[in-house]
Amino acid sequence: MYEILVTTLAIAAIGLVCGIALAIIAKKFAVKENPTVSAVEQALPGANCGGCGFAGCAAYAKAIVEDGSPINLCGPGGAQTVEAVGQIMGQEAEAPEPVMAFIKCGGDRGAAKRRSQYNGVTDCGAAHVVAGGWKECQYGCLGFGSCARACEYGAIAIHNGLAIVDPALCVGCGMCVTRCPRNLIEMVPVSHKIHVRCSSPEKGAIVRKLCSKGCIGCSMCVKMEGGVSMFMDRSLARVDYSKLPVAEPGVVAKCPVKCIIEHD
Amino acid sequence: MHYILLVVAAVFVNNFVLSQFLGICPFLGVSRKIKTAMGMSGAVIFVMTAASAVTWVLQHLVLIPLGIGYMQTIAFILVIAAFVQLLDILMKRFVPPLHAALGIFLPLITTNCAVLGVAVLNARKDSNFLESVVYGFAAGLGFALALLIFAGLRERLDHAYPPKAFRGIALALVTAGLLSLAFMGFSGLVKI
Repeated sequence: MYEILVTTLAIAAIGLVCGIALAIIAKKFAVKENPTVSAVEQALPGANCGGCGFAGCAAYAKAIVEDGSPINLCGPGGAQTVEAVGQIMGQEAEAPEPVMAFIKCGGDRGAAKRRSQYNGVTDCGAAHVVAGGWKECQYGCLGFGSCARACEYGAIAIHNGLAIVDPALCVGCGMCVTRCPRNLIEMVPVSHKIHVRCSSPEKGAIVRKLCSKGCIGCSMCVKMEGGVSMFMDRSLARVDYSKLPVAEPGVVAKCPVKCIIEHD
Repeated sequence: MHYILLVVAAVFVNNFVLSQFLGICPFLGVSRKIKTAMGMSGAVIFVMTAASAVTWVLQHLVLIPLGIGYMQTIAFILVIAAFVQLLDILMKRFVPPLHAALGIFLPLITTNCAVLGVAVLNARKDSNFLESVVYGFAAGLGFALALLIFAGLRERLDHAYPPKAFRGIALALVTAGLLSLAFMGFSGLVKI
């Protein structure tokens, strides 16, 4: 009986001492956190994608409150978040133009010519370093999905050796852009529906040999569109995303190699 | 010399993870990336060293005088958990950078079996205070070594293309087994 009593009391006493000490110290050394910071953090989407340029939503919230960072850097949150954060901070700002990732290559296994068999590490950067990848085209998507692995939202899928972005899932954080060793990914405004799906500035004769879906630089689209939002960059038609969206949907059908596409 | 042998024994010969199979949960859980593995290792070294000191005091000033040494498991868990919580609070207040680096790992390992294991082993070996602390620190180092090697291996395995049945945790377990076999090569090197 005595042993049980001693044991129980001793353990209870240890627990009591620890508990009281913790309670006192927690009160005494409490770190005062700015309540505005946590309020702003609540208003952010909490995706921690890093698209704003900070280490995560918590870091961005801190930067807004303490360093006065602009409140409209959050791509995934969009207009709603800007409004919510603006209410807390008593500021107003225009929402960022929503963007999405677009991969400027249409050369899947059927279209692009294969140059070699690649059996190495399944990573685009590695494949690119090994003698420039397995495709004849040096500007084409390698299709090992480095961008897809970087995407937190599962918005990029590999179809037939080609990475394709699902516009419905892409939030525009831009994490994939730097992962592509060939710089094929561009963040494009969602308002733009017509894109050129090729990055090869090579002359038409060369492109035609390497890929059946590459831009041959015939410049028919630019002429048809009138050069308003489209322009020729060497032998490659490009869309100028700083201008208004391409207003001539006819260019899609006009393109002889079908490398211009229209999102719905 | 005695202390050097103690360290070698704890890091290589009786490595907590790979020879004694303690602390397997964080070993598999936070070994995906070297960066997080480093944070976890720092936290484990820190907590193991501190826990060894605290439990030695508890064992020799409370449990043995009262004759209730058989309650050590419960008492140790209680005190280690409270102590780590205390460190967490103090670190947050006085050394925020350290808290930012180790903070999220601390609650994960408060009552980890490796931490408890080092305390119980110290009590069983009847070490003196300095021996306990050194052994705790060395055990933490051993854990860190195992975790970092394993994280490095797993980072490379991420780029490999194994058969479907092996992908993910299966391959991690096979790797852990091979690593453990390698560490078995140290057995008998030092007798403590």
